[in-house]
Amino acid sequence: MLNISGIKNGVVLDHIRAGKSMEIYKYLGLDKLDCQVAIIKNAPSQKMGRKDIIKIEGEGDFLNLDALGYIDHRITVNIIKDSIIVEKKPLSLPQKITDVIHCKNPRCITSIEQELPHVFVLTDPEQKVYRCIYCEAKHR
Amino acid sequence: MRHLLNPLDFSVQETEQLLNLASDIEKNPSKYAHKCDGKRLATLFYEPSTRTRLSFEAAMMNLGGTVLGFSSADSSSASKGESVADTIRVISCYANICAMRHPKEGAPKVATLYSGIPVINAGDGGHQHPTQTLTDLYTIQSQKGRLDNITIGLCGDLKFGRTVHSLIESLVRYKNVRFVLISPPELRVPSYIRDEVLKGFEYEEVTNLDDVLPKLDILYMTRVQKERFFNEEEYIRMKDCYVLNKDKLTLAKEDMLILHPLPRVNEISVDVDSDPRAVYFKQVQNGVYVRMALILTLLGLA
Repeated sequence: MLNISGIKNGVVLDHIRAGKSMEIYKYLGLDKLDCQVAIIKNAPSQKMGRKDIIKIEGEGDFLNLDALGYIDHRITVNIIKDSIIVEKKPLSLPQKITDVIHCKNPRCITSIEQELPHVFVLTDPEQKVYRCIYCEAKHR
Repeated sequence: MRHLLNPLDFSVQETEQLLNLASDIEKNPSKYAHKCDGKRLATLFYEPSTRTRLSFEAAMMNLGGTVLGFSSADSSSASKGESVADTIRVISCYANICAMRHPKEGAPKVATLYSGIPVINAGDGGHQHPTQTLTDLYTIQSQKGRLDNITIGLCGDLKFGRTVHSLIESLVRYKNVRFVLISPPELRVPSYIRDEVLKGFEYEEVTNLDDVLPKLDILYMTRVQKERFFNEEEYIRMKDCYVLNKDKLTLAKEDMLILHPLPRVNEISVDVDSDPRAVYFKQVQNGVYVRMALILTLLGLA
C-alpha cells in the first residue's frame, strides 16, 4: 500500500467518492496553490469500499465549501493543526453557487455576455436540481 | 424595489389587486390621466416588437408620463458591445422605470441586479412574457367575471408557445380550472409542463378541435407555423384542423371567449372577427390597461 505521511497544518478532504478527486482538484482551483497537495486515489475504506482523499498542506481559507458541498456533501473536511484534527466542517447542498458550474443553455444571456457570473440556485433539494438564475434552465 | 420578470412573481392576491386596478383604469381613465406626470418610461428593445413597445408607450402616455428608448439593438450601444448591466446603470439616470425586450433568456434578470429603477420583462426570448399573461388573465377576468371554474382549450403550437406555458402556470393557481390541450402530436406541451405544472390537475390532450369545442368556456388560439412540422404531408393534413371559422363556431357555446396573443396568420379566419365571442382585439386594448396598472404598481403610485 502507498504510504503518504500525515500533514502538520492544513486540510484533509476525506471520504471522496472513488474517482472524483481530480474533479474536486479542478473545481477548488488547487492547481493554483503553491503548497503541497497529495491526491490519493482508490484508498481502501471500511465505509465506502474505496475512496479518494486529498491532503493540502497550508491554510484552508481558500476552500470553497459551497463548491465542495455541490460536488458531494458527504465529503468530510478535516482541519489539521499541529498534526491533530481541530475541526470537522459540515457540508450541505448549497442554496446558491457562483461560478462553480456554467449555464449550457445557448439561448441564455450568459452565452453572449462573458463577464457575467454563472449563478445557480437550488430549486429542488430532493432531486438536487440547480437552475440558472437568469434563464432558469436546469443544470444537467 | 419591485420588478416583474415572470407572471408568477405576483401572488394570486397581488395579481387580483393588479387586475382590479386595471379594471378601475378601464372604467375611469381620466382619474389616472396625470398619475405619472413628470415620470419617464424607458423602452429598451434589443429586438423589434412594435406591438409590445407601442402598448407600453401608450400606457405611459395615458398616465401623463413620457417615454424614451430604442427599438432595436442596432440603434443602441449594444451594437458597440455594451453589456446589459452597463446599459441599465446608464438608463437608471434617465428614466423612472423601464421595459426590456431581449432575444436572450434572462437578460431582464441581469438588468434587475444592476438597476436603480424597476424593470419590466417585455419578453426575453422563449422564456417569459409576463405582461402578455397578465393581459390574458385580465381579459378572462373582465369578460367572464372569474378565473376559477373554467374549461380552457389551448390550441395550436403548444410546444414553442411561451404564452401558452405561462398562462397554464398562472391558471393552475385557481380552483377548478380544466385544461384541454389541442395540438398535433409534434407540438404537444413540453414534458415539464405535463410532469411538473399540470401534475394533479384536470387536463386532456387531443388532436381534434371540433370534438372538444362544445365544452370550452375559453379557446386560446395560437399560430401554428408551417416550419414547425416535420413534413409537408403532415402539415397539409393538420392545417385545417386548427383553423377557426364561422362554420366551426356553431359548435361552440354562446358565451365562449376566443383569445389569441396575436399576430394571427390564418388560424382564425376573418369572418370570426365580427362574432361577439371574438375578444382578441379587445385583448390588445386590455394590454394597455394592464400595463398602466403595472407601471403604477411598480412605481408605488397605485
